[in-house]
Amino acid sequence: MSDPEPIIKVENVTKIFGRNPKQGLKLLKSGKTKQEILQETGLTVGVNKASFEVYPGEIFVIMGLSGSGKSTLVRLLNRLIEPTDGNIYIDGQDVVKMKKEELREVRRKKMSMVFQRFALFPHRTVLENAAYGLEVQGVKKAERLKKAQESLKLVGLEGYENSYPSELSGGMQQRVGLARALTNAPDVLLMDEAFSALDPLIRKDMQDELIELQQKMEKTIIFITHDLDEALKLGDRIALMKDGEIVQIGTPEEIMIHPADDYVERFVEDIDISKVLTAQHVMIRPETLTFDRGPRVALQMMRASGVSSLYLVDKQHRLVGAVTAQAASDAIKQNASLESVMIKDLPTVTPDTLIIDMYDKMSSHPLPLPVIDEQNKLKGIIVNGTVIAALAGNESVINGNGVQQS
Amino acid sequence: MNEWLPKLPLDEWTEAFVDFLQTNFKGLFQLISNLIGSIVDFFVMIFSSVPALVLILIIAGIAWYTSRWTIALFTLAGLLLIENLGYWDATVQTIALVITSILITFIIGVPLGIWMSQSDKLKNVLTPILDFMQTMPAFVYLIPSILFFGIGMVPGVIASVVFAMPPTIRLTNLGIRQVPEDLVEASTAFGATTGQKLIKVQLPLATPTIMAGVNQSIMLALSMVVIASLVGAPGLGADVYRAVSQIRVGVGFEAGLAIVILAIILDRITQNLGKQKNH
Repeated sequence: MSDPEPIIKVENVTKIFGRNPKQGLKLLKSGKTKQEILQETGLTVGVNKASFEVYPGEIFVIMGLSGSGKSTLVRLLNRLIEPTDGNIYIDGQDVVKMKKEELREVRRKKMSMVFQRFALFPHRTVLENAAYGLEVQGVKKAERLKKAQESLKLVGLEGYENSYPSELSGGMQQRVGLARALTNAPDVLLMDEAFSALDPLIRKDMQDELIELQQKMEKTIIFITHDLDEALKLGDRIALMKDGEIVQIGTPEEIMIHPADDYVERFVEDIDISKVLTAQHVMIRPETLTFDRGPRVALQMMRASGVSSLYLVDKQHRLVGAVTAQAASDAIKQNASLESVMIKDLPTVTPDTLIIDMYDKMSSHPLPLPVIDEQNKLKGIIVNGTVIAALAGNESVINGNGVQQS
Repeated sequence: MNEWLPKLPLDEWTEAFVDFLQTNFKGLFQLISNLIGSIVDFFVMIFSSVPALVLILIIAGIAWYTSRWTIALFTLAGLLLIENLGYWDATVQTIALVITSILITFIIGVPLGIWMSQSDKLKNVLTPILDFMQTMPAFVYLIPSILFFGIGMVPGVIASVVFAMPPTIRLTNLGIRQVPEDLVEASTAFGATTGQKLIKVQLPLATPTIMAGVNQSIMLALSMVVIASLVGAPGLGADVYRAVSQIRVGVGFEAGLAIVILAIILDRITQNLGKQKNH
């Protein structure tokens, strides 16, 4: 996340619904809360001084319960709802100050939207729906239908071009919605609870496909959801909203591990933390030894540091195997080398393996699981005790921010 | 009541206003009169230029194309009965009157309805006017119509248009406003202009409702046929009127039946036109 230019920059964007929003804005600036303003003036603060930046190629999730202002916030970005105050920059241009024509250009070329209830045009075929954005731009028929066809293919709807939306299932309808947004080749996709109306299995598929699609096309996606699981799965970063305010922005891990306040904490407490924490959060430093040393050295090291096993690495710190205290002492008796008594085919995990995906390997092998990177270098080991402590919510055992500590 | 407030001279004011229009807009009324007159004449000419049997078959064909075959059969039998009873010429004139009224109603009513759907202000202004147009007894329209347009077919058409227009305006407005908000929002989000939203999304989806309005207008225009005959509009209405004034039950029933048959045919055909467009 280190400093590429943000593609979208939102500064203190505020939306107040009601007859005299300026009055509400004054009260808001004088420090009154949403509830106080509602009681005094009857004005509703939809979004309260939201600020954030979204970087190219990122999936930025805005999460909150219903009424938290997240759907309003996303509509402020393309001014489907007019902001009361604040600035929204896309590629450095302030959307809030744009004239009608400029705004239309932004909607046509830069931001496309996918809607919760699909919002497909029932009187148009799937292909015509997907071509809508280009049709509005005045692109010639043959060309826009070709592009629409391509984006339908991208979402796996080949062969349904001439169907009508009402003939498709919910999941397929939302694919059309996605295709319609992709046809415009926008820089940014705005997805307003795009998967919330789908049933759980199809929803999961769509999430996976979205991630895949995003990796292929490197779109910037702003994704609105009320579902924390979805946010954790999709989001590179998550902004949590409450009462129109953004209460925390961070990576999924940051939000899980260091909730900014009680609200966030309550939100995340029901979440299965094993689906969020990865190996690098809970691994500890292993005792290592280059494998060409003798068994006596190994045994001495184990005695000194009070462990019953030792990991053997080569000069580049690549994992070669492990040796237990029992094996080392056997080797001494038989005058054998360490190499001949070490355990070679250890199960391993990578730093970004989720805890939930490690249970199987942890239970199948008595030694702590080694964590290795792509070059087979030993990064750390997983000890059952640390994992259990982390799952129990003991923060002291969790490595901060997933940053490598060894 | 008259003791403390003398009667308001509303009648005199109305007359003064009509006088004012009559003297200052004579040319305009003449123009409108000529225009409407020639449209009606044009339709009468076309319908009279083909033999009755051919026209009957054509109308039955249209009914068959737009509706079920039972409606087509009814159309065929009904029109043949009218022909047989000797009311064909009067029927042709009535059809010409209704079609002209509906044409004008459509040309004015639909754009007005679209405009009304885009502006709450206009809606607030138009709604009471439309209520007025619909509840004011239809006979009353005849009086200024005669003054402005003389007697004959033209004041009949004008009175029919005034009376029949409100449903078209209302239902066009309603149909457009009823298009789901999220579809309009989606259209906006993709950068559509107001005109594009109307043409590509709102009007196609509002078509069934608009057609229901047109259908209502046609029925109202038909119901004006007898009233229009009071100012000298020829057609089936004139036959009914004559039968009433001469107390001839038989003729009255025949002419009345012809109007009913015409009403059913026009109603079914236009109803199904609206449904066909609806996907």
